[in-house]
Amino acid sequence: MNTGRRILALVLLAVPASRAQSTACLSCHGTEGMQDSSGHSVYVDEARRKASVHGILACTDCHASIKGYPHPEHVQRVECAKCHPGEVTDVGAGVHANASAQPCLGCHGQAHEILRVHDPNSPVYPLNVPRTCGACHGNPDLAKKYGLSNVFSLYLDSIHGFALSRDGLLVAATCSSCHGTHKILSRKNPESRTYKANIPGTCGSCHAGPEAAYFGGVHGQNLRAGNLAAPVCTDCHTAHQISRPQDAEWQMKTSATCGNCHKGRFATYRDTFHAQVSALGYVEAAHCWDCHGIHQILPASDPQSPVARANLVATCGRCHTGANPSLVSYQPHADYRNRRSNPTLYFSALFMNLLLWSVLGFFALHTLLWGIRAGFHQHNNNAHREN
Amino acid sequence: MSNHTSIHAVGSPEGGAEGRHYLRFTPGQRVLHAILMSTFLGLALTGLPMRFSSAVWSVRFAHAVGGLAAILFFHKFCAVILTVAFLVHVGDVLYRGLIRKEKGIFWGPTSLIPQPRDVMDFYAQVKWFLWLGPKPNFDHFAYWEKFDYWAVFWGMVVIGLSGYAMWFAPTFALHIPGSLLNVALVIHSDEALLAVWFIFAIHFFNTHLRPGSFPMDLVVFTGQESEAEMKAKRQLEYERLIAQGQLQTRQTGPTDPWLMKIGRTVGAVALAVGFILLWLTLTAYFRK
Repeated sequence: MNTGRRILALVLLAVPASRAQSTACLSCHGTEGMQDSSGHSVYVDEARRKASVHGILACTDCHASIKGYPHPEHVQRVECAKCHPGEVTDVGAGVHANASAQPCLGCHGQAHEILRVHDPNSPVYPLNVPRTCGACHGNPDLAKKYGLSNVFSLYLDSIHGFALSRDGLLVAATCSSCHGTHKILSRKNPESRTYKANIPGTCGSCHAGPEAAYFGGVHGQNLRAGNLAAPVCTDCHTAHQISRPQDAEWQMKTSATCGNCHKGRFATYRDTFHAQVSALGYVEAAHCWDCHGIHQILPASDPQSPVARANLVATCGRCHTGANPSLVSYQPHADYRNRRSNPTLYFSALFMNLLLWSVLGFFALHTLLWGIRAGFHQHNNNAHREN
Repeated sequence: MSNHTSIHAVGSPEGGAEGRHYLRFTPGQRVLHAILMSTFLGLALTGLPMRFSSAVWSVRFAHAVGGLAAILFFHKFCAVILTVAFLVHVGDVLYRGLIRKEKGIFWGPTSLIPQPRDVMDFYAQVKWFLWLGPKPNFDHFAYWEKFDYWAVFWGMVVIGLSGYAMWFAPTFALHIPGSLLNVALVIHSDEALLAVWFIFAIHFFNTHLRPGSFPMDLVVFTGQESEAEMKAKRQLEYERLIAQGQLQTRQTGPTDPWLMKIGRTVGAVALAVGFILLWLTLTAYFRK
């Protein structure tokens, strides 16, 4: 940037000369419809160019290889790096390095009409960023080619997408809020803002509260200790299709999300009334986080944890009015298959199972024999009557 | 054609208005059965989706009727009505037996209490099943009818108590350990499953589908049965009433066709709902 400013200062000193020069260029290139020999437009809309962020520059500041008229038909490619060396280096290090011959223009728009980032008409103005990225990343063919899911439409339907498109919030996260601007790296690159270990920091650049809570809990502590199996923000909230946490539809999916890692605890939860009624769409029924907390998840051994013995009456009492010390001896993860940990439940289930199958088995046999015998009996009776 | 007439001759409840008819169930008993039947169906319809909450039909049903809140409300609504009916029945039996000292409530051929004769009847019936003896004759209640009664009686106590324990969990926890609420769910759902399967398979067959009653025994709706049917199913009772000179007092007018129509419709709906639930729950149970 500093280099850019310095060059800008030099250019400003030469303004009068460059104006005269530009007028000469426009005597040809200002003619609408002007084309090169291969049919590409080489017309420059001077009014728009002057309104652009580069309006103050002379043509030859960018097209430096042109020294006079006539100039060769093939001119050298414009080097944006001359003024923006940092940005160009960053793009070169990222995933867009080979995206096109002129990667800058892919995002910043027409070469002669580039606007300031703060200009609402700029393609990289925050409210326009998703549409700009979506020009390529919303293309299903491209998504297929690079193994990307259709992130663009997922984003548009997310809480971030709605904040941007519906409410026009400049603080709403856009693509670049998470992926960066020029130096966009693959999420497999440890330097990437979207590398798993860096995600809490990336999301935390806006969501500082949840980030602090997260690192206070077991998931964050595990991640900090280098355990990349620990969940980060996106494991629960997803990366692009992030829902409002208040959405019932999303809440209904959360327990299964925890169950992706906590398989045993999820299986025993599913045996309980909480899970049964939740499966039928009762969102008020306890999900994992109703008892265990959200970002700062602590083990029951931690006195701060909502599932610490001393806090159970308060935790259960949030739903169960009148919760008392006896009530909280209820086992929300009781395993009726485990004789050692839940003997009463194990033997109750065993007894009920035996009762169920002995009664049904006995009467199934009774009914079967009866059906056969009564069928014969009636057949004989009918035969008698007809005789 | 011949088959059709012969079923009537054996004594189907649909035997029509000809011949003599005798009272089997009083209006009070029929109302009690109607309440029991409809609340049982309601409880099963709303309870089984909770028991098999991961089945597709459960989720669809829950959405169709307005979510779990609606299911739970209807379940509790039926439970309260059934509880009241149960208490009225127990009160009525105790009042008639202990205060009015009616004969035949707690013992004898008209009592529902299992007696030594029932063991002998069961033995004779099994011998008949195996072509080892003659078809036994029964009095007012056969042993399988007594089993039906006591299975439902015990079921209502067990399912009711465990259900109310979960409904009013914090209050119950003041008197029982909270960990027993885990047990309550297991007992409630397994006993209910037993009740549902027993009623929709065994009771349906024993009472309605077996040869002699097929397709439906309407006596619990109309309250009365033909003389031929009574002789075929309860010969001992028939002979006992003649010997006691009381058969006349049990005679009723011809069956109201309107009542039979209602009975047939309600019975068909109950059978259909029962068989659908039987099929859905059996497949869900064994798929797990």
